[in-house]
Amino acid sequence: MSTTTSTVADPSTGSADTTRKRGARRDSRSRSTRRVDPVYYLFLFPALAIFTLAITLPAVLGFAYSFTNSIGFGDWEFIGLRNYVAMFRDQGIVSAYLFTLGFALVTVVVVNVLAFILALGLTSRIRLQAALRTVFVLPMVISGIIIAFVFKFLFSTTLPSIGSALGIESLSSSILADESLAWIAIVVVTAWSTIPSTMLIYIAGLVTIPDEVYEAASIDGAGPAKRLWNITLPLVSGFIVINTILGFKNYLNAYDIVVGLTDGGPGTATRTVAMSIFKGFTGGDYGYQMANAFVFFLISIVIAVIQLSITRGKASFGA
Amino acid sequence: MSTIATTPASATPGAASGSSDGRRPTARSRERFNWPATLVLLVCSLAVLVPLLVTINMSLKSDAQAVEGEAFALPAPLTFQAFVDAWQLTNFPRALAVSGFVTLLAVAGEIVISSLAAYAIVRNWDRRLFRWSFFYLLAAMFIPFPVVALPQVQLTGIIHLDTPLGVAILHIVFALAFNTMLFTAFLRAIPISLEESMRVDGATTWQVYWRLIFPLLGPMAATVGIFAFLGSWNDFMMPSLIISDPTLQTLPVLQNMFQTQFNNSYNIAFASYLMAMAPAIIVYLLAQRWVISGLTQGAVK
Repeated sequence: MSTTTSTVADPSTGSADTTRKRGARRDSRSRSTRRVDPVYYLFLFPALAIFTLAITLPAVLGFAYSFTNSIGFGDWEFIGLRNYVAMFRDQGIVSAYLFTLGFALVTVVVVNVLAFILALGLTSRIRLQAALRTVFVLPMVISGIIIAFVFKFLFSTTLPSIGSALGIESLSSSILADESLAWIAIVVVTAWSTIPSTMLIYIAGLVTIPDEVYEAASIDGAGPAKRLWNITLPLVSGFIVINTILGFKNYLNAYDIVVGLTDGGPGTATRTVAMSIFKGFTGGDYGYQMANAFVFFLISIVIAVIQLSITRGKASFGA
Repeated sequence: MSTIATTPASATPGAASGSSDGRRPTARSRERFNWPATLVLLVCSLAVLVPLLVTINMSLKSDAQAVEGEAFALPAPLTFQAFVDAWQLTNFPRALAVSGFVTLLAVAGEIVISSLAAYAIVRNWDRRLFRWSFFYLLAAMFIPFPVVALPQVQLTGIIHLDTPLGVAILHIVFALAFNTMLFTAFLRAIPISLEESMRVDGATTWQVYWRLIFPLLGPMAATVGIFAFLGSWNDFMMPSLIISDPTLQTLPVLQNMFQTQFNNSYNIAFASYLMAMAPAIIVYLLAQRWVISGLTQGAVK
């Protein structure tokens, strides 16, 4: 269990550590002087080539453009850091960041709590276990944009008619048209679509806990709540970590579901960072949005580093 | 039903924990079932099923009835006309061909390119070039699509890859880091002695890869393939930005037309949504075991 937890906590450095050891062992066998079969270079080449052309080159190019006033084509001038300075004064961009961060935070919490409860239920001794599992995983295979369109209908047509039939004032108009409520719809649909994958990871974690542990705890007089808090949660903490990191990364890039539900509206109330960046082409401010993209990249990295450093302690606590 | 839980353990030699088998000993399976939990889960499953049932319900209505927008009123008369209309409006055969092309290419490309790279990296870990290449590829996990999207749109336009082919390549690239990581972790668990005996018999590196390594990678390739399929089939963001010719758009992007042009034809829209989701749902129901075990493997690696 302890090895599983630590690998889960930090996939990149975890594998790096083990591989480095392996590498060192190879070195000590003095195999590094051997001839490398040239075919291996051919094996590696396609991956490196498409990666360099499709990610590294655009990233470098985009970074360079962030210091210009380019509109995406034609002439441009070097304008130094002006894009970056202007960004922080741009109310539209600042609010897109605030919305995206807040949305990601709320969604991570909602999704993880619900997914964990469902995983607990689906791994307990229930009837129809296979059928229920099939149903609860189903949303994972449906396109985000399509499910957003279906829910848009439910939120804008069905829910208001139910609301007015029951005489509930706040539900009688579409919540998608309400600036202060539209985000709730986005959280609901994102949760609907991402709970399955999160839940499956929790199920994977829960089935690794042997029954004997629970039996021993019951004999010692621990009730269900105590067993959950003192046994289950610590033992799956590695899985909580991986779900939080993957989820947050995913929600920061929110696009499909938001486009399908509100398209950033009403007004710009639910515009995400990704949506504001993509405006760089239609809005004719390519260079400016590349500065935005680079800041977004830095923020994503900082968040990932913070999460990893907080959770490294947690994972060892779990083990 | 216990097979679903045990597949992750049996599918990979590397991630074998085996403890999942101990969860449901046969002697205890005759014990009482947890009925309250079953009931609560059944009620919760409505949250998944109701939107899908509404979709089916709406798609079977006539034009006149669909306009009313009553989600729960049963179709009267029941008609499949909406499917015919949606088929024609979206030019379904062409859209299916485009989506199928992008998805097939992404699935094949992700499996082949990542497994080849992973094999080269694992077998030459003592060489700096291969080691550094691994970390270079891994860096992609920290670059989200929106960050490089605009230059990519610009570049694909210049080299005329603003097509389904370009989207397939981007799908392969963005999955490269994770897939290569999965394959390297899996390959490290394969003992080198298997390979050495083949080499003694005079097999070339390519023959070792194709006859020994690739078949051994089977379970992991199935996992990578299924996630490549789901990710590529359902993607909206990349094709909507990259593909410039609207007649070459993928199925999810085409659904947009029911928001802009035909926004009161709920029956046609929902029939079209169903036709776009159907392939993924069918693949899921057939390959359920690998979808579920695949995700859990990904978590453990």
